[in-house]
Amino acid sequence: MAGAPQGIHVEDLVVGFGERIVIDHLDLDVEQGEMLGLVGASGGGKSVLMRALVGLLPKRGGIVEFSAGAATGRRWGILFQQGALFSALTARQNIQFPIRENARVSEPLLDEIANAKLEMVGLTPEDGDKFPSELSGGMTKRVALARALALDPALLFLDEPTSGLDPIAAGEFDALIRTLHSTLRFTLFMVTHDLNSLQAVCDRVAALADGKIAAIGPIASVMESDHPWVKAYFHGARAQMLRLGQQ
Amino acid sequence: MDAPNLTISASDPHVLYPSGSWTVANIERLERLCDGIRGKTVGSIDLSGVGALDTIGAWLIEKIIRTNRIVATGEPFTGVENSYLELLSEVRPLNRRVAAIQKVRNPVLIKLESIGRSSGRVVSESADVLNMLGMVAIALFDVIRRPRSFRLTSTVYQLDRVAWQAIPIIALITFLIGAIIAQQGIFHFRRFGAESYVVDMVGILVLREIGVLIVAIMVAGRSGSAFTAELGAMKMREEIDALTTMDLDPIAVLILPRILALLIALPILAFLGSLAALYGGGLVAWLYGGMNPSIFISRLREAVSVTHFEVGIIKAPFMALVIGLVAACEGLRVKGSAESLGQQTTSSVVKSIFLVIVLDGLFAVFFASIGM
Repeated sequence: MAGAPQGIHVEDLVVGFGERIVIDHLDLDVEQGEMLGLVGASGGGKSVLMRALVGLLPKRGGIVEFSAGAATGRRWGILFQQGALFSALTARQNIQFPIRENARVSEPLLDEIANAKLEMVGLTPEDGDKFPSELSGGMTKRVALARALALDPALLFLDEPTSGLDPIAAGEFDALIRTLHSTLRFTLFMVTHDLNSLQAVCDRVAALADGKIAAIGPIASVMESDHPWVKAYFHGARAQMLRLGQQ
Repeated sequence: MDAPNLTISASDPHVLYPSGSWTVANIERLERLCDGIRGKTVGSIDLSGVGALDTIGAWLIEKIIRTNRIVATGEPFTGVENSYLELLSEVRPLNRRVAAIQKVRNPVLIKLESIGRSSGRVVSESADVLNMLGMVAIALFDVIRRPRSFRLTSTVYQLDRVAWQAIPIIALITFLIGAIIAQQGIFHFRRFGAESYVVDMVGILVLREIGVLIVAIMVAGRSGSAFTAELGAMKMREEIDALTTMDLDPIAVLILPRILALLIALPILAFLGSLAALYGGGLVAWLYGGMNPSIFISRLREAVSVTHFEVGIIKAPFMALVIGLVAACEGLRVKGSAESLGQQTTSSVVKSIFLVIVLDGLFAVFFASIGM
């Protein structure tokens, strides 16, 4: 592997806007190479936590450290909720962009790499010529994933990767992330609401409530938690339906 | 991390020996190394020296296998770690399909084609503007038939933005233009002692042409561009589709209030702009040309008539209509990307300024032929 995957160490993190404290003295450890899923109420600060981890939001206090797995700097891939593809570039140019900015590589090799990445996320090289406005929701997510993976990151952040996808596409996406993880061995930090994804992908699940981690562990143990919100989340009507479907 | 290298194994000349870290961080060096051995016959590849491997490194090794003749039977790799083998087998099926060869086209023909297409576009875009005029007229008749459907709040809000908030900048610019015309007039007329005629020049020029033209160009740049950008952003975020599905006409809801606001605002702004320009001209005539303000005013009264003012102000609503229609058409033409929003906004301003000047020319011919 390109260096060991990076773990995350968060201690006493505080993030807020004005008077409002969103992340309140939060502690969290993500092991190297593990796949962690983060759940929490809508508007409860999941995306805020992710943005604070990658440095898009300033923190009021606390420590965010990345274990020294990678040799050079912070090697992250981030999949934003809406894809955040550059609308002026084609899908292929979007994938090549991080590589092009970091190294001088010949055009044919760049094309080969971009086509390889497109195939790895289940698209065809022809899709590479399309602009983001011509891509469907699922394809946008796949291209965004390919761009996040362009530099073989040691740490991959996914913000609601399966939101807006139909169950089949979401299932394929989960399988894709598992496959890529088994070959590329990145550390995964995934914000999601999709209970199926949590079950299919994540090694551990962390539940964010009231700005703190209310429960963390394998999904089975988190479901046993006594925290009222966690209980409501995993034992609500929708979660029950899901369990019925699986029996 | 170790710098990557690619050498022939010491023990067996047919075995390639890549070493170091084959990762994206070293991609430039890796590409040179791989180009260096292109076309050689290779027995097998000994991967025991590779310290780190990622997708790009794996792809380059896969490429060596594809571009060089491999003599070995069976597995081409030796000394490979299990975790690498997975990655290497992952890239094995990639990029197998031969891409369709693109036909090289004659650049002259491409140029000719683009000229043809853009002239075709001129026709279709003019048709779009006429179509928009028709739709706005229908929406207007609808409002006249059912006055309760008129969006008064929206119109007043737009009027505030287009007219009220524009007054300071419009007054300032027309004031300066009037002052500059007067200064230039005095400077050049002084040579043959015709300084007093500067009042005629400023008065007629400002009231007939410059006042309304400058104001229309300012409004096109200030409000036309804003309309296009707003409508374009609404189109991008499917707000216009949402309106349509609620059985509301986007023309009546969004475009009619904006065009009506422009129609009301432009004559008012042109009137205020002309006043400011005359004031600027008078001030310069006094301070620079030494002409007493009372003389300026009485000369102005002789030089200009209401006809001059009418000629100017009649043009204003027509220019407002052109600006509004072009802005609306361009706004609805925005596609998904941020780039297209910028493109359409630019093209909205350029087109409406061009059309305003063309319209002014047509009016000049018209008024001359009816003797106004």
